[in-house]
Amino acid sequence: MSKDEKKPNVKSISEEYKYGFKTKEKYKFKSDKGLTEEIVRAISEFKKEPEWMLEFRLKAYRAFKKMPMPWWGNTELLNTVDFENIHYYIKPEKDHKKSWDDVPEEIKETFDKLGIPEVERKFLAGVTAQYESEVVYHSIKKEFEKLGIVFLDMDSALKEYPDLVKKYFGTVIPIHDNKFAALNSAVWSGGSFIYVPKGVKVETPLQAYFRINAQNMGQFERTLIIADEGSDVHYIEGCSAPVYSSDSLHAAVVEVIALKGARIRYSTIQNWSNNVYNLVTKRAVAYENATVEWVDGNIGAKFTMKYPAIFLKGENAHAEVLSVALAGDDQHQDSGAKVFHLAPNTTSRIVSKSISTGTGRASYRGWIKVNKGMKNCKSDVRCDALIFGKSRSDTYPRMEVYEPTTKLTHEATVSKIQEDQLFYLMSRGLSEDEASTMIINGFFEPFTKELPMEYAVEFNRLVSMEMEGSIG
Amino acid sequence: MSKFFEIKNLKVSIGDKNIISDLNLTLDKGTISTIMGKNGIGKSTLAYAIMGHPLYQTEGEVFLEGTEILSLPVHKRAQTGIFLGFQHPIEVPGVTVVKFLQQAYKALKGNIDYTKFQKSLSEWMEFLNIDKSFLYRYLNEGFSGGEKKKLETLQLLLFNPKLAILDEPDSGLDVDALKIVGQGIKKARENGTTVLLITHYQKLLDFLEVDKVFVLNDGKIAIEGDKSLAETIEKHGYDFVLAKA
Ligand SMILES: Nc1ncnc2c1ncn2[C@@H]1O[C@H](COP(=O)(O)OP(=O)(O)OP(=O)(O)O)[C@@H](O)[C@H]1O
Ligand SMILES: [Mg+2]
Repeated sequence: MSKDEKKPNVKSISEEYKYGFKTKEKYKFKSDKGLTEEIVRAISEFKKEPEWMLEFRLKAYRAFKKMPMPWWGNTELLNTVDFENIHYYIKPEKDHKKSWDDVPEEIKETFDKLGIPEVERKFLAGVTAQYESEVVYHSIKKEFEKLGIVFLDMDSALKEYPDLVKKYFGTVIPIHDNKFAALNSAVWSGGSFIYVPKGVKVETPLQAYFRINAQNMGQFERTLIIADEGSDVHYIEGCSAPVYSSDSLHAAVVEVIALKGARIRYSTIQNWSNNVYNLVTKRAVAYENATVEWVDGNIGAKFTMKYPAIFLKGENAHAEVLSVALAGDDQHQDSGAKVFHLAPNTTSRIVSKSISTGTGRASYRGWIKVNKGMKNCKSDVRCDALIFGKSRSDTYPRMEVYEPTTKLTHEATVSKIQEDQLFYLMSRGLSEDEASTMIINGFFEPFTKELPMEYAVEFNRLVSMEMEGSIG
Repeated sequence: MSKFFEIKNLKVSIGDKNIISDLNLTLDKGTISTIMGKNGIGKSTLAYAIMGHPLYQTEGEVFLEGTEILSLPVHKRAQTGIFLGFQHPIEVPGVTVVKFLQQAYKALKGNIDYTKFQKSLSEWMEFLNIDKSFLYRYLNEGFSGGEKKKLETLQLLLFNPKLAILDEPDSGLDVDALKIVGQGIKKARENGTTVLLITHYQKLLDFLEVDKVFVLNDGKIAIEGDKSLAETIEKHGYDFVLAKA
């Protein structure tokens, strides 16, 4: 019977991609290993930045040098980070073009299996300046310009909108927030800048992959989004295809500002190769009647530390965090959410879902704070963990509530896949792997249903690929 | 010629508790038979064991059209053509009914022709009077008892198995739903499915022309008879018929 035929081993193809896909790069400028004040100055000078940005970088550099490693997350892994062994700035040669033909067959095959759209594939494979995507990007850009929307890579934004950038840059996440935020502030490069003017509601999500020329997949990318009063925007970054990176340390900073009555949704799917330490600082402020939603999915990377935060600074502001993580063999996903209720009548909802398999480890780290006098705040937290085999799952909730009128709920569950569910699905012809995958996709459904269709499909397929053979 | 379905010297235990000690039974192709017996006697256990629930250890042999199935994993048994209608269908959160049906259909038939699948699905849903909105709900989650039973019957019709073991498809149904499920089982038989029905009630049997009645007691088939046996049980109870046997 055809059902018995052995499927090609998709897993091994993606593994190979994760580890084996490297391309020869030519560099226009490459800093020495390790970080010095000279290097920071050189980066700023090379980018022809205004004086204030150089000052910002230098201040951050000094903070970085002084600050200790975070004491949370996984100190054992953190202490293996060798800051001396990193090139902090690499600028690829401008006219260096890699062609689609240079991309190895297995990778193209993986893309096929994932059903990734053509524009995105070329971007993922590092093929720069593709004609079609350029066209797509430019037509979208025109439309945006008409509405007054600014959607640029961070470096260009600094050149073209210096005042706007200066007004908000570094205001949500201060230099000394944590060691990795300080590092990013000193050496950042790439990332997205978005400004949505008053009252503008952007119908289609802004997607990072349209900015195909920019190096937004950089090691120290910096993203800043400002939604002016009454505006509405959805930004999507990343994609579920495995992204190979030869750089083991990724320390991004994302700042999001929702002014009065604005709504921002920020969706991320990250699937770095398994050598990467992904240490991201993401924070938003929401003013009166504003809503900020983080939708955050983490699949790859060796170690992830990411706790999207929202500071509710105006009355009736609302925070929403929906995060999922999949920790396979030798992976540690340390993620969670942080919401500070700094105004009365503010509400928050956090849903965190994690799956760990093999020797994987998934941790939830949450922090809810309600200051005294902030009447009638409401916060619901829900953490569900699904564990397989000897994998590990922990939750570290921290609640600081100084206001007695607060309504706070916290629910946490840790479970294994139920035998009866497996049996029911298998009695309908699904193999154990297929049945488990179905249950897992169902477990992640509250997340995937928030994604645009094509991302949801990709995400599910990716989860099946990751789960293949790892159950039992 | 081998029998269509045959159970030989079946023994089923849960841990060190023996539930079925020595059960023998054969079914002819295209028939409807029923297994009756007191609460807790082992009817569901038999059904689970045939389907391969990991909790139940089995000894003996079970053949479907000459293929021994006890050595097969659960999904292979299903692919061989055995269907189990659950007494208590299981909830799977986050998995929509339509997605589940599609995947199961594909797994059972080896491939899926979406046009054919859609057509057949709509037809059977209409036949069973199931609202389209159920397709987008999560599998059995928050379904009423009757709705769950209807969804099991929908699967029976959609998958068109060789042998269907239906564990109390009639329990918890209102009069109208009972009639619909009864008609569904009748339809399944017309479409070639052999049925082994577990039930406590005469009502469903009235809809169907039952060929054989088995009474399970003390770990084995204690009595085997025709439709009239079910009527006697209904009138006089199990102890009466068992004492006579
Ligand atoms: N998982 C289990 N663990 C322990 N005992 C079990 C388990 N499952 C079933 N049993 C026992 O096995 C016996 C047979 O149960 P079973 O469900 O097969 O009965 P049944 O004939 O289907 O009853 P009913 O008519 O009430 O549905 C009962 O005594 C029951 O308690
Ligand atoms: Mg039973």
